[in-house]
Amino acid sequence: MIRNALLRMVVARLALGLLSLLLVSLAVFAITSLLPGDTAQEQLGQAATPEAVAALRLQLGLDQPGWLRYLHWLGGLVSGDAGRSLVNGQPVAALIGARLPNSLLLAAATAVVSVPLALAIGISAAMWRGTAYDRGVSMLTLSIVSVPEFLVATAAVLVFAVHLRWLSALSYVSSIDSIGQFIRVFAMPVLSLCCVIVAQMVRMTRAALIDQLRAPYVEMAVLKGAGPIRVVWSHALPNAVGPIANAVALSLSYLLGGVIIVETIFNYPGIAKLMVDGVSTRDMPLVQACAMIFCAAYLFLVLAADLCAILSNPRLRHR
Amino acid sequence: MSGEALSDVPPPRRRRRWPLLGLLGGAIVVFWLAMAFLGGLVAPHDAGRIVDMDVFTPMTAAFPLGTDYLGRDMLSRILHGTRYTVGVALAATLLASGSGLVLGMAAATRGGWTDLVLSRCLDTLSAMPSKMFALVVVAAFGSSVPVLVLAAGIIYTPGAYRIARSLAVGIAAMDYVRVARARGEGTAYILREEILPNMTGPVLADFGLRFVFIVLLLSGLSFLGLGVQPPNADWGSLVRENIGGLAEGAPAVLMPALAIASLTIGVNLLIDNLGGFRRRGGEGA
Amino acid sequence: MADALLQVEGLHVTARNAEGETVTIVRDVGFALARGEVLALIGESGSGKTTIALSLLGYARPGCRIAGGRIQLGETEILSLSAGELRDIRGRRVAYVAQSAAAAFNPSRRIMDQVVEAAMIHGTASRAEAESEAVELFRALALPEPFRIGARYPHQVSGGQLQRLMAAMALIARPDLVILDEPTTALDVTTQIEVLRAFKNVVRQRGTTAVYVSHDLAVVAQMADRIIVLRDGQMREEGPTPQILDAPAHPYTQSLLAAAAPRPRAPGSLPEAAPPVLRVEGLTAGYGPADAGGMPLIPVLRDVGFEIRRGAALGVIGESGCGKSTLARVVAGLLPMARGSMRLGEEALPPDIARRTPDQLRRVQLVFQSADTALNPSRTVAQILGRPATFFHGARGAERDRRVAHLLELVRLPKGLADRLPGELSGGQKQRVNLARALAAEPELILCDEVTSALDTVVGAAILDLMDELRRELGLATMFISHDLHTVRAVCDEVMVLYAGQRVELGAGSAMAEAPWHPYTDLLVASVPELRPGWLEQTAAPRTPEAPASRRSACAFFPRCPVAIPGICDRDPPPLRALAKGSEILCHREEAELLQMLPSRKEALV
Repeated sequence: MIRNALLRMVVARLALGLLSLLLVSLAVFAITSLLPGDTAQEQLGQAATPEAVAALRLQLGLDQPGWLRYLHWLGGLVSGDAGRSLVNGQPVAALIGARLPNSLLLAAATAVVSVPLALAIGISAAMWRGTAYDRGVSMLTLSIVSVPEFLVATAAVLVFAVHLRWLSALSYVSSIDSIGQFIRVFAMPVLSLCCVIVAQMVRMTRAALIDQLRAPYVEMAVLKGAGPIRVVWSHALPNAVGPIANAVALSLSYLLGGVIIVETIFNYPGIAKLMVDGVSTRDMPLVQACAMIFCAAYLFLVLAADLCAILSNPRLRHR
Repeated sequence: MSGEALSDVPPPRRRRRWPLLGLLGGAIVVFWLAMAFLGGLVAPHDAGRIVDMDVFTPMTAAFPLGTDYLGRDMLSRILHGTRYTVGVALAATLLASGSGLVLGMAAATRGGWTDLVLSRCLDTLSAMPSKMFALVVVAAFGSSVPVLVLAAGIIYTPGAYRIARSLAVGIAAMDYVRVARARGEGTAYILREEILPNMTGPVLADFGLRFVFIVLLLSGLSFLGLGVQPPNADWGSLVRENIGGLAEGAPAVLMPALAIASLTIGVNLLIDNLGGFRRRGGEGA
Repeated sequence: MADALLQVEGLHVTARNAEGETVTIVRDVGFALARGEVLALIGESGSGKTTIALSLLGYARPGCRIAGGRIQLGETEILSLSAGELRDIRGRRVAYVAQSAAAAFNPSRRIMDQVVEAAMIHGTASRAEAESEAVELFRALALPEPFRIGARYPHQVSGGQLQRLMAAMALIARPDLVILDEPTTALDVTTQIEVLRAFKNVVRQRGTTAVYVSHDLAVVAQMADRIIVLRDGQMREEGPTPQILDAPAHPYTQSLLAAAAPRPRAPGSLPEAAPPVLRVEGLTAGYGPADAGGMPLIPVLRDVGFEIRRGAALGVIGESGCGKSTLARVVAGLLPMARGSMRLGEEALPPDIARRTPDQLRRVQLVFQSADTALNPSRTVAQILGRPATFFHGARGAERDRRVAHLLELVRLPKGLADRLPGELSGGQKQRVNLARALAAEPELILCDEVTSALDTVVGAAILDLMDELRRELGLATMFISHDLHTVRAVCDEVMVLYAGQRVELGAGSAMAEAPWHPYTDLLVASVPELRPGWLEQTAAPRTPEAPASRRSACAFFPRCPVAIPGICDRDPPPLRALAKGSEILCHREEAELLQMLPSRKEALV
């Protein structure tokens, strides 16, 4: 009965997430298929004969009504068939399949580095709020979040690759044989991504914890004789777990934006680079599939954030 | 009565002073806004003309910010680019915040189905990462200034809507709004006189933040080559086209990046110190 | 005092205000406290009482600083301790009970963990010892299920219980000194009396030395041996409780006492035959969709009827959640009623604002509780008052200015305030503007929702005086909603008691001083603390309520009623019963039964 209420909320939130994903797919498809021009015409160029265009239209299924094309496309996506690239004719699934692991590796490496780092900095800044350390952290993170990701990345290149010559400015994933090489290849992109994400996460973690540290129950704990460590760890943190988990999940969603820039700058063979190339060449099936992967990842992170908030609320856990 | 006069003292009337950082932020923002309109006039050179045989020259008296990869004057190019970076972002922000405000207030005052449908639609829109939405739109419609303004405007509408709606819902529950409704005032009066004036502070702050987000988004797009197209260039495109100068630390690649940073940090400083505005805004009424 | 446990000398506390200037908020305070003594710090908001109480723990809120003085606890000089030494004192030798237990308990930890925490921090007992001590305290504080309540989370117990749990939390490490900071202010009056009784018992049993901070003289009279009267951070008067209550020396103490025991404002001066301004019958209202019978999903008011005559004041009283504020909203048309009828003068009053004529809207005006939210912060006083003058009477330009000036005069405010914003007014001034805005419409009926509860006693009393004068001058009918029986009895000709949305009693204000009452009114009357020491001990303990009403009984008060008849009261709706004193009540009990079964409180209102 009690558990059921919580379970119902979780299930409802999951259902809402799926609905959002469906609506997003509709929006992506609508935008990319409402082209002012004609995909077939565009692909074949102005010199193509009307017969050739008509044949391609038929082959691409462009003569069918929009909703049917949407259903076909959606069915294809679900069954792993995202169509063929308009540029080189290869299956989109294969193109993505070759690149996706690289991007996942990059994202995982970034998350592994940034989450503990950000939590440590954010929590310590909140603990020593108002000190020079806290003010320094605040200024630095504010500066980082208010400049574009490409600036952080280019600055990183300038410092570590150009001036210090520690690291290589370009990444070639195919050539990893040793840990040292792994670090050399990944250090620059991961470092750049981390800068942005850590800054975001530190700000949100600090704010969530300070919000709790202002609560009357914290003053009460101080008046019971609790020291600063006890106040933070056994009083403020348990209540800040939800907001902090939320902050972590939302900050990681910045990864999705950051990865687009970072993969381009470092010429990293990931899915974001693939998508940017797809946009340049207007390779619609590729763009659609990549966009759906990014949107699904984003929705998953937002969902995780919401679930953390629901599950960490004592009023919901203990009715 | 004498008891009250003694213990019931009104707060003193004070005019809050502007904090120094707020002034600094304001000055930066005003400068760039002015450059967005006047940049072309005050630029020492034609932004497109090659004025130096050398490329990526460092800062000199003749070219205060050096020259770019073709030998064009960087200062002139940045001043010209202001129109695109600041102007396009401003237009998109006006679109986003304006429609967010209108829709948010409509949802808050009408409630019921209007609120439900609007909230659901805009939630869907915000379920796409901003860069992804922009990329998809650019892929579909190509990149031009109107497409960029529209895309950025639409992406950031849900956020503005959510803020405006929650502010309006909060104020609509205030007793002074109830009093006005009980008096029989119309919706238009209540929105204009009771709700809107009390939202200005937070809405302006949100406008500033949204402007920063849009500047970052558009610069990022331009940096990828998917934003403002040549021969025009905003600051993001300037970084992109001069990225070759990175290895030598040329001002051509650093200066446009610094321009972006100064703009966004300036806006942030201004917002953080916006508190000083409110009292004056109220008094002017 | 040679054997003083606590000695405070020349205490100064400063704070930094919004402009960054340093201001003194506590000035040269000194007192001594003997072991086993209970000292009260009394004062209104801003008097510095909480600041002084916190400095006894060596603690100053963010932005404040203890700038000077000595606080000697036994052999220890508190203000010279290091941070670590202070931690050792707090919770072990000096303990604190905060005003809002709901906020002071950590929502994500079990109650027991928090109650025994001080003992764990200071190592005064093992976990098992501390827990059994806690259970003892729970029992002494009359908490239900003392063995099991510790396993719950704070949101799972009631506010009154939390407040008592907080006392247990303070006493767990057997401190030398306990500070109780307005511990009952957030509670309903019927809950307050139980909490007070529990505190008093524990304090007496354990011989606790305590500092009791409050704004309420009547509460303090029950708890304290000595009283210090504070104002603007300075001590105004100090003395034993009876002396302060019976022979106050300082004029400020005298004004506090006068405001705490409001005199009736000569009721009954209106002609009996005055026509009714508002007549309400069978009013039912609530929230959520209505069922087939028009009953809303969450009914807040059920079958309420009353009338208010010209120039008369009807008091509406009941505890929080009883529906009294909803009643004002329904009459104002903000929440259309589900069933029933309302008549304004001779004409039917439509339930919804949209259907009311401008004239009907003008004749009924609302005045809300908190002037902070009732006045638009971005409009000047002249604009706030001018709008209704324009809206209802078409006043513009000089005529509008004239009306604004007249209104300010009416509520005894200087004309110079016209160009001020609400943020630049004091609490009392705001409430007067709030009132003036209602008067600007030239209404026949004003609905006042808790108009004095956010104000300090003295300021509130002045507002009540003003309203009473205005009522007479302008012949206004008033509906006066309050949780405070004193206030209602002092200003109202008639009193309506609401319980769980039902009108359990309606009668003349004078009849409220006479038994018998409805059992709920009886509980209410008995729970209002009196301004004399010993009242708490002499008042019979009401039957422990707080037994959750698991099912919907026919009589809403059944679960808490000391004279309920099981089998009848929980099955049949109570009948309307006329009492000899002229009041009507909703009760199964006969008048004689009530008189006989609830006899001990006849003297309660003398």
